[in-house]
Amino acid sequence: MSAKAPVRVKTLTIDGREVGAREDQTILEVATENGIFIPTLCDLPGLSTVGACRLCLVEVKGARGLLPACVTRVAEGMEVAVNSERLDRYRRGILELLFAERNHVCSVCVVNGHCDLQSLALRLGMTHVHFPYQYPRLPVDASHERFVVDHNRCILCARCVRVCDEIEGAHTWDIMSRGVDCRVITDLAQPWGKSESCTGCGKCVQVCPTGALSEKGKSVAEMSKRRQFLPYLTLMREGRR
Amino acid sequence: MTIEELRKIAEAEREAQKKYQHHVCVCIAAGCLSSGGDLVRDAIQKEVVESGMKSEVLVKGVGCMGLCSAGPLVSVESDGKMYAGVTPEEAPDIVGSLDTGAGGPAECPTNVPFFERQKKIVLENSGKIDPERIEDYIAHDGYRALVGVIGEMSPRQVVDEVIKSGLRGRGGAGYPTGLKWSTVAKTGEQEKYVVCNADEGDPGAFMDRAVLESDPHRVLEGMAIAAYAVGAQKGYIYVRAEYPLAVSHLKTAIRQATRLGLLGNDICGSRFSFHIDIRLGAGAFVCGEETALIASIEGKRGTPRPRPPYPAESGLWDCPTLINNVETFANVAPIIRNGAAWFASIGTEKSKGTKVFALAGRVTNTGLIEVPMGITLREVVQEIGGGIPDGKRCKAVQTGGPSGGCIPERHMDLPVDYESLKGVGSMMGSGGMIVMDETSCMVDVAKYFMEFCMSESCGKCVPCRAGTQQMHSILQKITNGEASPADLALLEELCDLVRNTSLCGLGQGAPTPVLTTLANFRDEYDSHIEGRGCPAGVCQGANRNGKEAAQ
Repeated sequence: MSAKAPVRVKTLTIDGREVGAREDQTILEVATENGIFIPTLCDLPGLSTVGACRLCLVEVKGARGLLPACVTRVAEGMEVAVNSERLDRYRRGILELLFAERNHVCSVCVVNGHCDLQSLALRLGMTHVHFPYQYPRLPVDASHERFVVDHNRCILCARCVRVCDEIEGAHTWDIMSRGVDCRVITDLAQPWGKSESCTGCGKCVQVCPTGALSEKGKSVAEMSKRRQFLPYLTLMREGRR
Repeated sequence: MTIEELRKIAEAEREAQKKYQHHVCVCIAAGCLSSGGDLVRDAIQKEVVESGMKSEVLVKGVGCMGLCSAGPLVSVESDGKMYAGVTPEEAPDIVGSLDTGAGGPAECPTNVPFFERQKKIVLENSGKIDPERIEDYIAHDGYRALVGVIGEMSPRQVVDEVIKSGLRGRGGAGYPTGLKWSTVAKTGEQEKYVVCNADEGDPGAFMDRAVLESDPHRVLEGMAIAAYAVGAQKGYIYVRAEYPLAVSHLKTAIRQATRLGLLGNDICGSRFSFHIDIRLGAGAFVCGEETALIASIEGKRGTPRPRPPYPAESGLWDCPTLINNVETFANVAPIIRNGAAWFASIGTEKSKGTKVFALAGRVTNTGLIEVPMGITLREVVQEIGGGIPDGKRCKAVQTGGPSGGCIPERHMDLPVDYESLKGVGSMMGSGGMIVMDETSCMVDVAKYFMEFCMSESCGKCVPCRAGTQQMHSILQKITNGEASPADLALLEELCDLVRNTSLCGLGQGAPTPVLTTLANFRDEYDSHIEGRGCPAGVCQGANRNGKEAAQ
């Protein structure tokens, strides 16, 4: 007889709804399973979690502050609120900070209509940006033969860094510098076209939530992202383990 | 190494030192070194040799004596005299006066409140022992606690002793040290680490640097006792590369302690082994945050990650990790040596022991001080600090660095302890204390700290990265006299957003200087905005625009 580790389950409430969960699940996973929407930008199932975008912050009764749903594990009797006036305000504020930080001009963007940032802004009712736009001067690197990185549209979610490191195993992407000076870079800040570690697989382009990474030859609104490979690859790898 | 062998080393060292009639201690810690402390030591040494007093006078380079603003400092232990601002040219006078007691340069009085109001535990050896000689540390009761612990106490007893002492983390947040130790100890038998956070980065704060430069063995001993208590085999000291002298003294100390069998394999003949390595920080303030520090030791980019899991459960290379600040570890040996009850008798009900502060700003005596918890801010500023120079009035005291706040003059009778400082919106922090008078503009102060947070934000989470930039540009607008009341409302909104949504303490604390100055000095903000200029006369832009508005 094989001694299987018992699966432990917890029950909790999310916005008053009682839900069951495995003890190793996060609030975000359980909410998604139950059709409860929590906004996210840096999270992508199949990649490690970083808790960086802060959009998935939720209120947990008894906790000291707001908790990121993407990394917070469920607990028995936990009372989670994912929608409140305060959370809505913070989420819109964070989105507005992102829009004001770099140069996100949807009307001329390759992913217009297929953009995670744009659709989240629509969904959360962000009608305008009331923080001053910073208009930084940022470069576009089109040195790669098939892809382009446009730093004006990057939100530093690090999905490209993670997919390249964790799924492709190349670790071509990383982030350099600090604060608002942060940039995603290939190799040691070499032009993408000169990167020796890049395999040209394009996974980074497909997981990028905005138009920061795109395929060449696509005009305004022509680029949509294909992410089906990620759950498929993850599933296959888990099956082999 | 047994307690008996340790006693013999101590006695031999004391005997050797007793042979000298005079002990001349010259501060060669970074503060005095920068004003020529090493040249003074060499000059005195040369003078001693030339006047044939080599067998009577012992010249030592020692650590920080506290009154850094008056360096280089020289103290003569035999007659209790202290000289400030010594130049190499004064060496003959000092050496000449040793026997006669007369004819030396002007003395620096030591019977003043600056010295008498302090209570030294962490800095007890600082300025007295040669930090590069382990024998000198042992002669001052060094390593007695460690050897005693290994021989006579169980790990559980050590943890209990630290719990009973009431020691709280000196890095800033004041988490109970004993509780942290017991959590790591609870994780059972597995690979564990002890990490010493020496990535001191608050502007103007240099407590940890002084401890590491002046008495490095004290930190090693504290770490080794901690490792014994929690069951760790390996330790790291994460020290910033901008502290070369501290790094050098630490390296020497680790080598010496290992040679004597006080670190390394099978310490004191027991089965307890503990190795310490040094890791250098590359100048990122955020690496003082424990999870970023751990990432940096692992060779990754130094960015924080969300907690839980806390390092006590899953830290360095996912192993349980005990992280304490330099000053926390420096308190451990005295607690074990003198007992938890002794330590708990110092300080207030919830904040035990002493705290080291780097006193700076508009105050007569600036430097390093160690005071018992519960002393009032007024005592620190007026008595130890010697008051405000040029007959000016104290306006506020800033504690806690860029995550701390400005405490207005009306709260000066507040006792210095974790809860009281938190109660007025500031925090204990790691020990920076900046005194401000009427010539300091509070908006400018807030802008300074915001600029610091903005440039030190790691950029990982959105509110801290983009929010600090927005807040800084609004503060810039205010000090330029170009802001409107709507900007101030936006600033307050951003403070609330960044404080509540940022990932780590850097972002969560970044709005604190703005919030405390807004709460206590709102009229100064209004003055800049309403065209009445900068009351302190600091912000030229606001004054200029103010005049134009008046015309």
